[in-house]
Amino acid sequence: MEIILSLAIGILAGSGMWLMMRPRTFQVITGLCLMSYAVNIFIFAMGRLTVGQPPIMPKGGFVNPQIYADPVPQALVLTAIVISFATTALFLVVMIASRGVTGTDHVDGSERK
Amino acid sequence: MIEQNLILILVLLPFIAAVVAATLPVNAHSAAAWMSGLSLVGGLAIMIALYEPISGGMTLRATQPWIPSLMLNLNFRVDGFAWLFVTLVLSIGILVVLYARYYLDKSDPVPRFYSFLMAFTGAMVGMLLSGNILMLAVFWELTSIISFLLIGYWYQNPAARDGARTALTITAGGGICLLASMLIIGQIAGSYNLDVVLASGAKIRDHWLYMPALILFLLGAFTKSAQFPFHFWLPGAMAAPTPVSSFLHSATMVKAGVFLLVRFFPVFGGTEAWFYLVTGTGMMTLLVGSTIALFRHDLKGLLAYSTISNLGLITALCGIGSTGAILAAIFHIVNHAVFKASLFMAAGIVDHEAGTRDMRKLSGLWKLMPFTGSLAIIASAAMAGVPLLNGFISKEMFFAEAADWHNGSWLDNALPWLATLAGALTVAYSLRFILSVFFGPKAEGLPKKPHEPIHWMRRPVELLVLICLLIGLFPGQTVEPVLNVAARSVLGSALPEAHIVIWHGFNTALQMSLIAMALGGALYYLFADKIAAGPEGPPLLHRIRAQRLYEMLMLKISWKYPRLLHKLLGTDKLQPQLRMIFMLGLATGVLVLGVALWNVPASRTTPLNPAFAVMWALGAACALGAAWQAKYHRFASLILLGGAGLITCVTFAWFSAPDLAVTQLLVEVVTTVLLLLGLRWLPKRNEEIIEDQTLAARARRTRDLIVAILSGAGLAAMAYFIMTRPLTPNIGDWFLRNAYYEGGGTNVVNVILVDFRAFDTFGEITVLCIVGLTVFALLRRFRPSSDSAGKPEQQRQKDDIALRDYLFVPSVIMRWMYPVLILMACYLFFRGHDLPGGGFSAAVTFSIALLLQYMASNVRWIEMRITILPIRWMGFGLLIAGASGMGAFLFGYPFLTAHARYVDIPFIGDVPMATAMIFDAGVVGAVVGSVVLMLIAIAHQSLRSARLREQEEAATEEKEAQ
Repeated sequence: MEIILSLAIGILAGSGMWLMMRPRTFQVITGLCLMSYAVNIFIFAMGRLTVGQPPIMPKGGFVNPQIYADPVPQALVLTAIVISFATTALFLVVMIASRGVTGTDHVDGSERK
Repeated sequence: MIEQNLILILVLLPFIAAVVAATLPVNAHSAAAWMSGLSLVGGLAIMIALYEPISGGMTLRATQPWIPSLMLNLNFRVDGFAWLFVTLVLSIGILVVLYARYYLDKSDPVPRFYSFLMAFTGAMVGMLLSGNILMLAVFWELTSIISFLLIGYWYQNPAARDGARTALTITAGGGICLLASMLIIGQIAGSYNLDVVLASGAKIRDHWLYMPALILFLLGAFTKSAQFPFHFWLPGAMAAPTPVSSFLHSATMVKAGVFLLVRFFPVFGGTEAWFYLVTGTGMMTLLVGSTIALFRHDLKGLLAYSTISNLGLITALCGIGSTGAILAAIFHIVNHAVFKASLFMAAGIVDHEAGTRDMRKLSGLWKLMPFTGSLAIIASAAMAGVPLLNGFISKEMFFAEAADWHNGSWLDNALPWLATLAGALTVAYSLRFILSVFFGPKAEGLPKKPHEPIHWMRRPVELLVLICLLIGLFPGQTVEPVLNVAARSVLGSALPEAHIVIWHGFNTALQMSLIAMALGGALYYLFADKIAAGPEGPPLLHRIRAQRLYEMLMLKISWKYPRLLHKLLGTDKLQPQLRMIFMLGLATGVLVLGVALWNVPASRTTPLNPAFAVMWALGAACALGAAWQAKYHRFASLILLGGAGLITCVTFAWFSAPDLAVTQLLVEVVTTVLLLLGLRWLPKRNEEIIEDQTLAARARRTRDLIVAILSGAGLAAMAYFIMTRPLTPNIGDWFLRNAYYEGGGTNVVNVILVDFRAFDTFGEITVLCIVGLTVFALLRRFRPSSDSAGKPEQQRQKDDIALRDYLFVPSVIMRWMYPVLILMACYLFFRGHDLPGGGFSAAVTFSIALLLQYMASNVRWIEMRITILPIRWMGFGLLIAGASGMGAFLFGYPFLTAHARYVDIPFIGDVPMATAMIFDAGVVGAVVGSVVLMLIAIAHQSLRSARLREQEEAATEEKEAQ
């Protein structure tokens, strides 16, 4: 499983980075979304992979933390998902506003000369 | 104890006055002056109260804890020398405030002036009283910064702006050197406490870092005290209002440098390097300053260079460093402050009443303003060193030190000659000041008709001149005790009592004085006309202006070289920047983690499930497809992106993160809708672009592809290595164990978000709200590009009937889903504390419910039926979250402490009722508000452009009808 997931992270991140180095704003925004998937899974994977043991505790009694999934990366990623939505929205708006002002969708506001 | 508090009040008082002055109305001339003046009088009263213990040789200390855990305290100490200096600063400050009250024009904004003046006094007093050398450096920089503001007070005047900038650059630059030096000597002495540093002089002088520390220290002191070759900022600073000049350049700013030389004499002084550097620079400054002063035509310019030369004299005395010399230095600091402040004020009066400061135009003013004239004559006589005035005595002491003290070096042998020459020049420029302004024929063609000023404007000058006379006539009764106390506090209590008298007999010093006076008189008599006719500066030398050199240098380092560097290394383009970041990240990853991770053996793997592999084969295809199609087929790319997102979401569910899966799924929906809304405003791009097929473009793409593949591979490798290594026990275990007992919930992720780390979440929802508002604000002024402003292609082809039934069946279902989704949101919210769900997912579900309504019907129809006020949702959300956090204060707990219990509700059963749920409700409000605000703001753009189109069509129809 680990090898599949790391390959997945690599492919998502690679596609994301390639897109972020492209000149069109839509490419960059798609790249950012892919990159945020990759980064979120990466952070999540720092808690290691656990199957079938979500961090939902019994009501009282002894808790053995070893058998549950690590909740900290999950909490981090949960907020990261919402924030990456916000940054995507912001970037989208900047992108369409800049297109309105400059008339082009090139990231530098003017076509390559 | 009382003294401790008095010292702290003394330091704080001017700053408080500065804050109060800043809040006064713009034209409150008298109120601001009274307030500032009284706060200084209060400070002076404290000084008088402290004199008794100080005169007994005590050093008073006050400590205010600041960051005790770092052992940082605000230490203040007052000894005789600091006492004398602070008293001088405060007294002159009071007179300057009085003078400024009548000098400033009605149109000048006074709160700013007094506020800066008080803040400057505060910084100066803080510097003088600092008992910690780092704090001293901080106050030192503060004086530089506030003096910048004071010099640039008339910022509409370009000369004032330039002068202020030059002063700041030079003095703040010196301040950095001083800080470095203080760090070095603090390290050598083992403490930053001034007492300790002063006691470790021998240790510092023997250390191998003595030379660098000394040079840095002197750079700090010399730049502040305008010593050659840093002297040029001082004449430039004369563009300031005269009260500022008379304060900064007599008693405070420039004296800070010589204060430091005297204060740190026991630390650095007494070595050969000290003598050559300090006395050499001082004598050079003395000569250069007095020479240039003689040739300046501007009254304030003459006084500025005279200040420079007097500072040179004090510096030279510090360099000599014998007991007599230090005493003379302290004495001359006081004398110069008194006569120079009065001269600046007199020059200001002349300028104020006659409208010009050019000595070639001014003439014969004595007849028109006899009182001011007499005062100026006495003050400049003190400057020239005429007997029975204060300047005479300290200058005599200087001559005596120059002649009588010997260490056998060439500089020492030259001292008496140089001193006499400088004395002669001083006499000459003092004569020029008096004779050309007040005597001679009556001036013609002055901008104003000169007359005596309001008598209150003259009072400060009168008082200062009176002090000149008193000190000059009765030195033993007036200054002798104070000077002795000050000198002892610098040089040690064993110092014998020095006596200051006017008559020492016909000794060398008196002979030097007489020669200087005769020579100075002769110089002026012979060359007066030539000087007046000549250029602004000494012959030949006026062409080499330090100011010019400085400006050339500044132009090079602040304009030319940065541009060159930017051209060589920088870029405005986004693509190279991102590429560089990725490559740096790659390099860092390889360097730092590549080596470290191999060393820990792999221990943990999860058995492979083929379904997972198949799923990610699909996911990888989606990601690659999205990357491939993003240029020409945006819609396809967006769908593929959604596919990758869904698989990410399943992955979270697979590996025990149900909360993440739920949130990811919901956010995925919102993001896709958002991007779909954005697609409408992008240009059409369905033809192949020729430029994309060129060799250069292919090469660029290949290069980026290589960077991307390498970085992706690196990240994959890093992820793999970390995932297969054992998990070290971390804070997560604590959260797991205590979520139920401490947080009252069984869903640990939710408990972390709303209880354990609620403050982070609070910050996060604030960020979300800020982004929402930014999006809203950006779109309010949004003008779409002309080619996307028209109707979309799909709407253009269809007729109205087809549009009416557009998405008919889905829209009915969407409307039906509205209550269902709201119920679902509530369900997610209430179960959140114990089971997957929570505020974030509930909020996004609710937003989706609203969005579906927007998608199902047209905007006008929906907004007639539902009123949504996203900004209020955001505001109340933040308020609720904040209030639930502050509720903990009522019970004496820190911010955001939660209380948890279960409440039995009939028919439903045990429901978790933690105060954290109130916080979560706040999260819901903020998230719903910002998500809906962003989406609606973008959706409204279509509406707006449709409205604009209709207006235009109506306008053209109207035109056609006409």
